[in-house]
Amino acid sequence: MANKLISQMGLPPSLSHVFSARNILTAKDALSLPETDLMALLDIDIALVRSAVASISEATCPPFQTGLALLEEKMKSGGHLSTLLPGLDNALCGGIPFGALTELVGPSGIGKTQFCLKLALLAALPECYGGLNGRVIYIDTESKFSSRRMIEIGEGSFPQIFRLQGLAQKMAGRIIVTRPTSISEFNDSLQQMKLTLLQNEVKLLIVDSIVALVCWDNEKGTISSRQSPLRGSLSFLKSIAEFSRVPVVVTNQVRSHSSDDTFHYIFKGHRKDTSNSERSESHLTAALGIQWAHAVTIRLIFEAHSGHRFIKVAKSPISPPVAFPFVVESSGITLLNQEGISVAGSEINAIRCKGCNILTQ
Amino acid sequence: MEISNLPISPSIRSKLLSKGYTSLSSLSSISPSFLAQELSVKLEEAVEVLRAVSDTTTSKSAHTPNGIIPGAVTAWDMLSEEQMQRHISTGCEDLDAILGGGIHCKEVTEVGGVPGIGKTQLGIQLAVNVQIPVEYGGLGGKAVYIDTEGSFMAERAYQIAEGCIYDILDKFPSNSREFLSCKERLQVNNFLAGIFYFRICSYTEQIAVINYLENFLTEHGDVKLVIIDSVTFHFRQDFDDLAQRTRVLGGLSLRLMKLSKMFNLAVVLLNQVTTKFTDGSFQLTLALGDSWSHSCTNRIILHWNGNERCAYIEKSPSVPSASAPYLVTGKGIRGINSNFKRARIM
Repeated sequence: MANKLISQMGLPPSLSHVFSARNILTAKDALSLPETDLMALLDIDIALVRSAVASISEATCPPFQTGLALLEEKMKSGGHLSTLLPGLDNALCGGIPFGALTELVGPSGIGKTQFCLKLALLAALPECYGGLNGRVIYIDTESKFSSRRMIEIGEGSFPQIFRLQGLAQKMAGRIIVTRPTSISEFNDSLQQMKLTLLQNEVKLLIVDSIVALVCWDNEKGTISSRQSPLRGSLSFLKSIAEFSRVPVVVTNQVRSHSSDDTFHYIFKGHRKDTSNSERSESHLTAALGIQWAHAVTIRLIFEAHSGHRFIKVAKSPISPPVAFPFVVESSGITLLNQEGISVAGSEINAIRCKGCNILTQ
Repeated sequence: MEISNLPISPSIRSKLLSKGYTSLSSLSSISPSFLAQELSVKLEEAVEVLRAVSDTTTSKSAHTPNGIIPGAVTAWDMLSEEQMQRHISTGCEDLDAILGGGIHCKEVTEVGGVPGIGKTQLGIQLAVNVQIPVEYGGLGGKAVYIDTEGSFMAERAYQIAEGCIYDILDKFPSNSREFLSCKERLQVNNFLAGIFYFRICSYTEQIAVINYLENFLTEHGDVKLVIIDSVTFHFRQDFDDLAQRTRVLGGLSLRLMKLSKMFNLAVVLLNQVTTKFTDGSFQLTLALGDSWSHSCTNRIILHWNGNERCAYIEKSPSVPSASAPYLVTGKGIRGINSNFKRARIM
């Protein structure tokens, strides 16, 4: 909508000629300038500028819907990819939502890629078995995709289906794996995807993991430290998700975080946080910073402590903060407790990795 | 006011100046046809120039009821108006109390916090609470929800509307005739139908929708709340020129303030956080910079206080800075003393 041409908006011809003469061709060019700048640039008086901006705004503004219409639309089109983990599906009101960015974050080796493999399989399954009957695009930046493992998960979870002749091949044939080696390649494939997502009936997009791309680009040293190099790709991913109503799942890594770095608001003063002393050894935080944390719609934290692994629903507009213990088996991830353990307070955002390091046991 | 400040196009202005017309008084007694000939412009343009001149001169000397400045009201008139204002309840009694009743109409309130603290929850709660009928203590108005991040979930709005209606019927169990008629209006679907939802995918669309709101609000006069969730997202992603960003944001905030005064509604802007280097260390602060922080009337920061969610009023012209704890429950935002059922799962 931002790139809508002014010439096609139905302005009076004299006005649209003036705009194009000054090289203001799209709505984005016109609306990024304050009104007084436009008046000076186009050499027309303020009343005319105001009415032109009003018409351009009206043409660029997307149509509105009522909340009721939104709900009815969601009811009709499903709206969720069930993970077949009943506890998690209940907490997320159906499963991984369409049209939103879901993030899986956790230390290495905890089971994020296993989760992604199972999701890819679920999306490829025919609808009678609870799947979405569509293609899956798996963007694998760290070469972690293992088709053998995926077939193993399939045989473990749906033994009766996978024994059928040729079904395994058909399912595996629906999952498209791409391995970009730089951010520009990634962006290119995203651009092409926008057109082909609908045509080729892609029902799920997985990026595993998004952090690796950032690490590669840092070698160039041209990126300022305050601005994330993934800015453009991030909003583009979100708009692809919105536009084509597919679920987008992204994997993220963790970084270590010393307790001195805990950020506080200015009005709270510098209070010593004494409760953190026991956590300082394994205090981890998600990579990509706070801007990324705002941008994702749902954040699932995978962590390990007290001898178990947990999936925590850390950020979600529709779920209470709960944690589910899980194990990774041959048939993929299984929850040990379908009810979930309620997590109070800011604990839900903490990532712990105790008991994962064999060297310290 | 001099010629250089008149709202006319630069070429006509330069023609006026080159012909020697430097002050308004020099144009006060000239006929349009003479001016058109002098400047060699069309007659209509000369008429426009003279009209611009007369607008500025008459407004300065117009006789107004207050005698001093047109359009101004006395503080006494404003007081009685303010006392009659209704507020939008947030759902949490403690938070309403420190806000002086709730979110004020005719003001722009900014709410910011870390991800996951409940900004979108508060936004949806306000969009539901503004629709509470007047008989039950609400405003009986509709809401415009401008979503830039895609975090509005219709199912959650359904849950919150259900919870709100449940609590109202709990609080007002009366079966008198007057309540019966508006009880029928207390349907979840009506509440959902009263939220006008815009999904914005770029900052251009964000600017466009705020410009378009004036027409929209004239058409839908019962809208009493405009929420933008969040105002920051697109401006952080795609804007390269920070100086231009500050100017555009300034224009946006002025327009929103004008809308809130003109249509007597509340504007709530949800903001994200960023880190700022002050006093030798990085501190958390709301995004979009220092210039933006001046443009809102009120500022509320949602933060974690130990294991509790707290709302802190950082800036308000009418209430002191205070903090109030709140909860996000299955029914929406509630205070810590209210009874709530365990989070409902659909």
